[in-house]
Amino acid sequence: MSAIILDHITKTYNKKTVLAVDDISLSIETGELFGLIGPDGAGKTTLFRILTTLLLADKGTATVVGNDVVKEFHKIRGIVGYMPGRFSLYQDLTVEENLNFFATVFGTTVKENYDQIKDIYSQLEPFKTRRAGKLSGGMKQKLALCCALIHKPEVLFLDEPTTGVDVVSRREFWEMLKRLKAQGITIMVSTSYMDEATLCDRIALILGGKILSLDTPANVIKAYPEKLYAIKSPNMHGLLKDLRINDDILNCYAAGEYIHLSLKKPGKENEDLLLQHLKEKGETDLEFKETIPTVEDCFIRLLGKQDGNSN
Amino acid sequence: METVIKTKDLTKRFGDFVAVDKITFEVHKGEIFGFLGANGAGKTTAMRMLCGLSRPTSGEAMVAGVDVYHHPEEIKKNIGYMSQKFSLYEDLTVLENIKFYAGVYGLTDKQIKDKSDELVEKLGLQKQAKVLVKSLPLGWRQKLAFSVAIVHQPKIVFLDEPTGGVDPSMRKQFWDMIYDASEMGITVFVTTHYLDEAEYCDRICIMVDGCIKALDTPFLLKQKFKVDNITEVFYQLARTAKRGD
Repeated sequence: MSAIILDHITKTYNKKTVLAVDDISLSIETGELFGLIGPDGAGKTTLFRILTTLLLADKGTATVVGNDVVKEFHKIRGIVGYMPGRFSLYQDLTVEENLNFFATVFGTTVKENYDQIKDIYSQLEPFKTRRAGKLSGGMKQKLALCCALIHKPEVLFLDEPTTGVDVVSRREFWEMLKRLKAQGITIMVSTSYMDEATLCDRIALILGGKILSLDTPANVIKAYPEKLYAIKSPNMHGLLKDLRINDDILNCYAAGEYIHLSLKKPGKENEDLLLQHLKEKGETDLEFKETIPTVEDCFIRLLGKQDGNSN
Repeated sequence: METVIKTKDLTKRFGDFVAVDKITFEVHKGEIFGFLGANGAGKTTAMRMLCGLSRPTSGEAMVAGVDVYHHPEEIKKNIGYMSQKFSLYEDLTVLENIKFYAGVYGLTDKQIKDKSDELVEKLGLQKQAKVLVKSLPLGWRQKLAFSVAIVHQPKIVFLDEPTGGVDPSMRKQFWDMIYDASEMGITVFVTTHYLDEAEYCDRICIMVDGCIKALDTPFLLKQKFKVDNITEVFYQLARTAKRGD
């Protein structure tokens, strides 16, 4: 069964001059961990707000666990947990007070549903008398997740929960999501970290209010059409500049330790030609190989196509 | 090599809590220096001391040739600062923000006009020059914020998580701007949680529990820790943290 269904949803702002979500349809299965990947302004937050019944769509319908987001908004509010992108807990309340507050609002108690948050909350417990505003990024995020979970929601909406969070805390956070998924909770999460995209069951790459690609991370990667190469030298920035002015190159950009690039006409001959050309430019100690694309490569390619430029 | 930041045993305590614990390091002119650490490791506190915003408890620090204890105000003229949280006035337009910052940093009217035109063109924001900053996408805002942070040609620019939440394509454009600034001789001191960006730094420093636990080029750090990416180096170090974040 589908936990979330969006049917031709459109949303505009500013007297219809800004198109935030453009005729999006998708369905998310019960127990699925679904990732929304897209830049700021792509329409991710608007989708979250429509599904959490905080915003009305201009057109289209949507349901959450079979409830219509307009007619049955009350039911939805009781069965979903929402962690907005901006830290939205009460800064002047302590960790404990925030949690109690959210439990009470949802007609339950922390005690009754403690097992739901135990794993996460146990790490916060030493700081339970600290004001939420005084917590570090990683702890704020854990508290926000506890508050979103305390009423045992069926669906969890997480809007960029790990932005500004270090890699260790991010790994822990995704371990928690895996455990929640194992309990059968449906999770819709947005992120700007491409490594997190691969941890989702399915992802939607979204830009300008439209879905550009929707599949499992493995299939998104498989659909990458060009041959992708990785190259590095001791002088990476100079190398990137040399590559950018090379006419045989379709696309090139820094990708961590390497520069990733694709050729207009891939093949051994052109590979050799490129290396020859770079050597003439004075590049030495080049390492060049074919590489497997990542979700980031797929995303950058789609963004480039959208902008009408290939760089 | 000219040194633009030099600290010795720099320490900041809040009561019993040692936020920054005797850090000693140097940063060179034009260097892109990555300052990494888990949330709560002490990065922001260290950065605030170096910017003259927070008085150290003990130790020494010279920034752009100025002592942080005695002339914190003098430091501010020589540095630029940008953070993810606050950098621009959202209710001012693109042009107004540039003019405001240029004015605050003491540029002449003529310089302000030239600089505004130059920046708007360089950023490709001609059409948006009179648009309120709050209506710009985050990636553009961050590029603009960086431009105004170096509008007065500072010796050093401090960037506190400048690319948080920004999409990969924009992050790469942002790093092109960092390289350009570095080529102009501006030293870039940058924090990030995107560890692919650590690879773009000349040297990186990793803080754990207020101390510097590693400082070297990305290449040598990977070699030393016998791993093939910085994420693993970071992970090995950050796991040793005792301090709850």
